[in-house]
Amino acid sequence: MSVTVRIPTQLRELSGGASEISVEAGTVQSVLDSLQAAHPGFGDRIFDEHGELRRFVNVFVDEEDIRFLDGVNTPVEDRATVSIVPAVAGG
Amino acid sequence: MTHVHGLRCRECGREYEVAAIFTCEWCFGPLEVAYDYDAIRKAVSREKIAAGPLSIWRYSDLLPADRNPAVDLGAGFTPLVRADRLAAELGLGELWIKNDTLNPTNSFKDRVTSVALSKALEFGFKVAACASTGNLANSVAAHAAHAGLRSFVFIPANLEQGKIVTTAVYGGNVVAIDGNYDAVNRLCAELAGTYDWAFVNVNIRTFYAEGSKTLAYETAEQLGWQAPDHVVVPIASGSLLTKIRKGFDELYKVGLLDEEPQLRVSGAQAEGCSPVARAWLDNSDTIKPVKPDTIAKSLAIGNPADGYFALDAVRQSGGGLAAVTDDEIVEAIKLLARTEGIFAETAGGVTIATLQRLAREGIVRPDERVVAYITGHGLKTLDAVEPTTGPTAVIAPTLDAFHEAFPPDRIQPA
Repeated sequence: MSVTVRIPTQLRELSGGASEISVEAGTVQSVLDSLQAAHPGFGDRIFDEHGELRRFVNVFVDEEDIRFLDGVNTPVEDRATVSIVPAVAGG
Repeated sequence: MTHVHGLRCRECGREYEVAAIFTCEWCFGPLEVAYDYDAIRKAVSREKIAAGPLSIWRYSDLLPADRNPAVDLGAGFTPLVRADRLAAELGLGELWIKNDTLNPTNSFKDRVTSVALSKALEFGFKVAACASTGNLANSVAAHAAHAGLRSFVFIPANLEQGKIVTTAVYGGNVVAIDGNYDAVNRLCAELAGTYDWAFVNVNIRTFYAEGSKTLAYETAEQLGWQAPDHVVVPIASGSLLTKIRKGFDELYKVGLLDEEPQLRVSGAQAEGCSPVARAWLDNSDTIKPVKPDTIAKSLAIGNPADGYFALDAVRQSGGGLAAVTDDEIVEAIKLLARTEGIFAETAGGVTIATLQRLAREGIVRPDERVVAYITGHGLKTLDAVEPTTGPTAVIAPTLDAFHEAFPPDRIQPA
């Protein structure tokens, strides 16, 4: 029961250069918590001091932005892909 | 020579060396160019600018790329037109239209592209790329052709046919994506991490966005080095609005304006894609992304990168926001054309419809000097007006037929 997390360039120093990491399925919150457990430092970068996702971090489960789903409570099922994408592109 | 001393995160303030980077490595916030304003103040003068080229490059002291050599098709220095007839229709006083339809590829995007690709050449890139709702696609394809760069332009597949043709004609690669702009943008953010290309609005965005400031510089110069009281600006990513405000502030900071601008900034969105206007109307601090559904495709960004900064600029300056319907957009395109002889694309319809709405609500006032920014040409979005616009009459080539269609007693003034 594992899911793939795609790591943006900015965070690869924390993943030892890996662009993808496998963690246990669950919810977006549990997936990101697992990431922090396996690679300490991720949490500080993705969450602000109140524990909320930083406003310039976008998280997608498969092709959908979690803000259109159930936020960090969105379920992440086996073989799904979670992408962390910087928000400040475009326009 | 530029007067840039580095890049700085708008969220957390961390500083970086000049490079083709666009987000803060720490907090993912957007990076912004940091200038040495004391050096600029010493370098610029109204006379030096007046002696410069009739393009955005007359303001090169305030831009992050060198003027020689720039990738320059002549973007900028577009007309600022006094719009008395439109003002009378809307119950306003001194109203001006910044007619940015008259750029090399007929939208304001030529300003940002010219700066971005000039910087891309400095960095040594060989390929220009972008995610676009159409206008940027035109501009990047054209400027890349002029500079001899290969290009990859990514657009939503459902874009207006006209905007696809006016991109593809320049001979670069045009990639139509089965998805909306936000999907295109996300793909480009990932491609930018994979290919060593100059994505003007991804890895070059920090520099690119600065090109929009020239709309403020020109407006001030054309008003005799004065800032207006109120500007109305369309919002897609929100970058244009925030950079126009920044531009006026910078002119004061470097001594080109005598008085500190007391500028009110209002933003225009289409109801079918109004995440920033919605936050303002709901008095919320959170901008919720939306799935766009509007004829104003050039503004159809459901997840606006600079939405928070645009919202802050409107709030801090005492401006307003509106979300206007597709019908209002079409009517406003025709109103501007009928009263001022300026044909705008749908984004211009959004701006004029918003101006109309805010004038009615008393947010834009008759005692203010107002500038509305018309950012793209109507020929780009003919589909929007085509169903309700056409010949007054279709007749045989005879006098009788003309008289039948237009009885002389009805067309002769009494």
